[in-house]
Amino acid sequence: MSDIVEKTLTALPGLFLQNQPGGGPAAAKASFSSRLGSLVRGITALTSKHEEEKLIQQELSSLKATVSAPTTTLKMMKECMVRLIYCEMLGYDASFGYIHAIKLAQQGNLLEKRVGYLAVSLFLHESHELLLLLVNTVVKDLQSTNLVEVCMALTVVSQIFPREMIPAVLPLIEDKLQHSKEIIRRKAVLALYKFHLIAPNQVQHIHIKFRKALCDRDVGVMAASLHIYLRMIKENSSGYKDLTGSFVTILKQVVGGKLPVDFNYHSVPAPWLQIQLLRILGLLGKDDQRTSELMYDVLDESLRRAELNHNVTYAILFECVHTVYSIYPKSELLEKAAKCIGKFVLSPKINLKYLGLKALTYVIQQDPTLALQHQMTIIECLDHPDPIIKRETLELLYRITNAQNVTVIVQKMLEYLHQSKEEYVIVNLVGKIAELAEKYAPDNAWFIQTMNAVFSVGGDVMHPDIPNNFLRLLAEGFDDETEDQQLRLYAVQSYLTLLDMENVFYPQRFLQVMSWVLGEYSYLLDKETPAEVIAKLYKLLMNDSVSSETKTWLIAAVTKLTPQAHSSDTVERLIHEFTISLDTCMRQHAFELKHLHENVELMTSLLPVDRSCEDLAVDASLSFLDGFVAEGLSQGAAPYKPHHQRQEEKLSQEKVLNFEPYGLSFSSSGFTGRQSPAGISLGSDISGNSAETGLKETNSLKLEGIKKLWGKEGYLPKKESKTGDESGALPIPQESIMENVDQTITKKDQSQVLTQSKEEKEKQLLASSLFVGLGSESTVNLLGKADTVSHKFRRKSKIKEAKSGEASSTHNMTCSSFSSLSNVAYEDDYYLNTLHDRGDKELKTFSLNSELLDSESLTELPLVEKFSNCSLSTPSLFADNSMEIFHPPQSIAASVAKESSLASSFLEETTEYIHSNAMEVCNNETISVSSYKIWKDDCLLMVWSVTNKSGLELKSANLEIFPAENFKVTEQPGCCLPIMEAESTKSFQYSVQIEKPFTEGILSGFIRPLKISSEDFGKLWLSFANDVKQNVKMSESQAALPSALKTLQQKLRLHIIEIIGNEGLLACQLLPSIPCLLHCRVYADVLALWFRSSCSTLPDYLLYQCQKVIEGS
Amino acid sequence: MIKYFLIVNKQGQTRLSKYYEHVDINKHTLLETEVVKRCLSRSNEQCSFIEYKDFKLIHRQYAALFIVVGVDDTETEMAIYEFIHNSVEVLDEYFSRVSELDKMFNLDKVHIILDEMVCRIVETNRERILAPLLILYNDSSSSSHSLFARMI
Repeated sequence: MSDIVEKTLTALPGLFLQNQPGGGPAAAKASFSSRLGSLVRGITALTSKHEEEKLIQQELSSLKATVSAPTTTLKMMKECMVRLIYCEMLGYDASFGYIHAIKLAQQGNLLEKRVGYLAVSLFLHESHELLLLLVNTVVKDLQSTNLVEVCMALTVVSQIFPREMIPAVLPLIEDKLQHSKEIIRRKAVLALYKFHLIAPNQVQHIHIKFRKALCDRDVGVMAASLHIYLRMIKENSSGYKDLTGSFVTILKQVVGGKLPVDFNYHSVPAPWLQIQLLRILGLLGKDDQRTSELMYDVLDESLRRAELNHNVTYAILFECVHTVYSIYPKSELLEKAAKCIGKFVLSPKINLKYLGLKALTYVIQQDPTLALQHQMTIIECLDHPDPIIKRETLELLYRITNAQNVTVIVQKMLEYLHQSKEEYVIVNLVGKIAELAEKYAPDNAWFIQTMNAVFSVGGDVMHPDIPNNFLRLLAEGFDDETEDQQLRLYAVQSYLTLLDMENVFYPQRFLQVMSWVLGEYSYLLDKETPAEVIAKLYKLLMNDSVSSETKTWLIAAVTKLTPQAHSSDTVERLIHEFTISLDTCMRQHAFELKHLHENVELMTSLLPVDRSCEDLAVDASLSFLDGFVAEGLSQGAAPYKPHHQRQEEKLSQEKVLNFEPYGLSFSSSGFTGRQSPAGISLGSDISGNSAETGLKETNSLKLEGIKKLWGKEGYLPKKESKTGDESGALPIPQESIMENVDQTITKKDQSQVLTQSKEEKEKQLLASSLFVGLGSESTVNLLGKADTVSHKFRRKSKIKEAKSGEASSTHNMTCSSFSSLSNVAYEDDYYLNTLHDRGDKELKTFSLNSELLDSESLTELPLVEKFSNCSLSTPSLFADNSMEIFHPPQSIAASVAKESSLASSFLEETTEYIHSNAMEVCNNETISVSSYKIWKDDCLLMVWSVTNKSGLELKSANLEIFPAENFKVTEQPGCCLPIMEAESTKSFQYSVQIEKPFTEGILSGFIRPLKISSEDFGKLWLSFANDVKQNVKMSESQAALPSALKTLQQKLRLHIIEIIGNEGLLACQLLPSIPCLLHCRVYADVLALWFRSSCSTLPDYLLYQCQKVIEGS
Repeated sequence: MIKYFLIVNKQGQTRLSKYYEHVDINKHTLLETEVVKRCLSRSNEQCSFIEYKDFKLIHRQYAALFIVVGVDDTETEMAIYEFIHNSVEVLDEYFSRVSELDKMFNLDKVHIILDEMVCRIVETNRERILAPLLILYNDSSSSSHSLFARMI
């Protein structure tokens, strides 16, 4: 009996609690909303992380119970969501609530819905699987008659939306662009901006509507469209030049205060809008005089108006200055902008000073004399207590470094480096120091010591290119052999001294550099014998703090030195020690050393002295293993599958959510195993190929083609654009003005020196050492004479190298020429036009060339840049030292190129492949260059034909092709650089291959038909994870499926596998071997395209191309 | 590009965080502590812009609260600095003198306001920013519809 009573009593509180929510909604509400409050207060009051964790976990478990309870109302759910948001914000996982957030967005009333959407946008990321569940809700809300709901849906779309579902909402959003309410139109534009960010191909067709948005009567809508324009213009400014007038007019209106007053911020009219417009103008006016002229007035106006003393006007001024110095220069504006910068730099407000330094850093590339005007301020900033200001100052100094001031600037940088602890800063600064040191080193000792500092401080965080470049530089040497040896010797000596110091720890990378150098160049030493060096290396090897990777470097160095040391106890001891090492890698090396040590003759032949730069024959295909492979296969081993194939199979086996409806008719029929049919390599295949590839590889272990971001010549593209602008900006007469400026400054300096305190004098001294070489001399320099003092460490192959740097910088240009090359089918006219333009440029360049033949450092000249701009379409024939050949007597009449014979000689060997017509790339009275291309099975073959039209023999004409990033160009056999006899034609073949697939639209030259059976198609289809679907409207003329597919076959080189009723199967591959499948179906005049591929970006690209072809025809 | 918008107090507690580019949730706390540490170490004589990894932090202090915006190098620091102030003015207007606890107890509202302003700098007009929020939270009142009509 007492038992029962007790049970009832314990149950009572539970009953109470259960009744409470039902009892009164007001009470429930109060308890919920204050719960967030008490949670926040609770957290705020806590002192330790541990307590916080406990409290939050408690909160989360109670939330978990509440959200999954069926009695929870939507209103309570809303409160729960806010608390969940709070918990996630503190870094605790609340993933159990995600699905409820989606539900809330689906079911709630306006406010609850908004909170649901908010939670979704905070919780989920772009590729989260649950996001797909939101799509339906968004579609529903977009169609709602309640404007608030439409607004919410648009807001969420502009924040987060799954890429593959864009087609589902795109038409709805496009409709909203015509909506009567400003807010809806504005948000629709922002949603489209989001789409443009994540899938530019899919909104390509609505560009015309963006223009409408730009001209919208409402300011907000117009401002929103600017985001899209800024992005598009950044990608391709030439396509939007016609809009310059509109942007200028808009800016004029904004600056003139024509906007509604509520857009003012502290009585400045729409400042952020102004900034956005200024940025756009800067991009449009870059290197374009005609466009720039349109904006001079409004820029002047902006500079004048923004005189109010408020932070936001300074932001506008900064942007203005930036734009003035980006566009084609106008001296009047430059003067005003320079004055502005002066105001910033001299301001006592620290934020403005920072802004001024930043502006100066940018501007100084255009006009180095500005640094002279502000030299004392710069010196002060260099010792500023705020490290950020210091850092910005160093950035500025980095831009004005030359051979005369390099030691001072590098010293300042090293000082900063020693104080800094931030990894990012160290990595960045170390890279800059190494670059400057390589470029401007005054002597060997300084260079090696600076690099030592770089390696000790940069240690293991620096970019691996730094030690690699340094070693290559030592190995390849410069023009002067004795100087090279001195440098190497100095390096060896300095490392030996460093290693002698006790209790000093060096970063592993530094030790690796040391061991390589010691291994290679210890033979240069007079005093120390190789045995002594080995002893030092041995000491390091026995050190526990040395990593095993470094140890392999060390042992390699010992191995190299052993043949020179004749007999050394240390080596034997080392062998003894490491043949029993637990580290297998070390053991392996030790055994190698042991065997070599026993056979001295072999050792000396294997490890010759100072041969690090010679090429080794490497059989990369491992053909000597063919026998082993064949044996393995005959014993039933599984054949080797390349990496990507294994990956694909793995992907297809992984269980992923299938978002596609089941039931493609062909898919199940031929599906037998997981093996994909293409590309299983068999032993016989290998041996067949390997002999051939082995041959090819023999000479290919060269360092060419490796992208060099910075080298002996520095980051040339930057410099050259500078010189390019400069020569336009400062016509030669100004040279004298500059000199005057410089003189007056020095005069002033001198007069000041007399009255200054010692401290001031020191500063002056520093200034003079920092800014030396910036005045008149460098101006002359920029105007085209070679800088004879700098570039001590000039590489032998400098021009070539500089070019490759440029090629990568002019990437865009090259890319576009590439695409125009490969899209001839429907871009013939365009292509020819652009070529014509380039041809003209080229001709101009030629005529200039002869005047500048004796100038040595051609890379400094703007015209070379033009060469490189055309680097792919027009090889830079004459940018070599052997330019003397270009002294053709002007009297020689240009002989007419025999086009017909030329074309026939092109084609004779290559008729089996599809090819384009020959096109002239450029010509002048001596030479003409034409090209055509052949779509070969394994690559795109470009054939360049160079005709010497003059009566003279041309020696060593050098045809250099610099591929855009991600492309590889190989010279076909038989394309050496011959002597060009008079009136003869030579052709060169280059095969172009893609190194790694990427999305930019220049792949069409590399699409090949993939000939497979329907059965294989079915198998492959299932194994691919990436797919894209889209409906395309067909024009009337080709409403039948076969004709549409035929067009695709012809224009895009897709292979038609089969046509079954209203469905069609096509396949193609992107070279070298990325397959893509296409399934088409026709309903009425709509063609449904469905792509699948192993590569995620290829379907997008192909879809865009197909759309273009089908809608275009 | 604005990468994130943070509101933290002097004790280093996060009061609001919004990421405009996906950052794994496990890294949020670490990033926020790092950011706060850097902001707290700055004095008034030092400039309001800090370098952190490959982005810039622009911070502004309001009493015990720091507002920190992380941007990449395409933004002008001063423009963002003033944008922060603009957002504070908007919050002030809505909450009529905003305090730290206001922000905390109305986390959702602050987020909704921010959503209107940022994804880049998309809206700076005060009335327009607040219009949708006013409608949502005055839904029961009869004036809401006319309000909406007036605002947009």
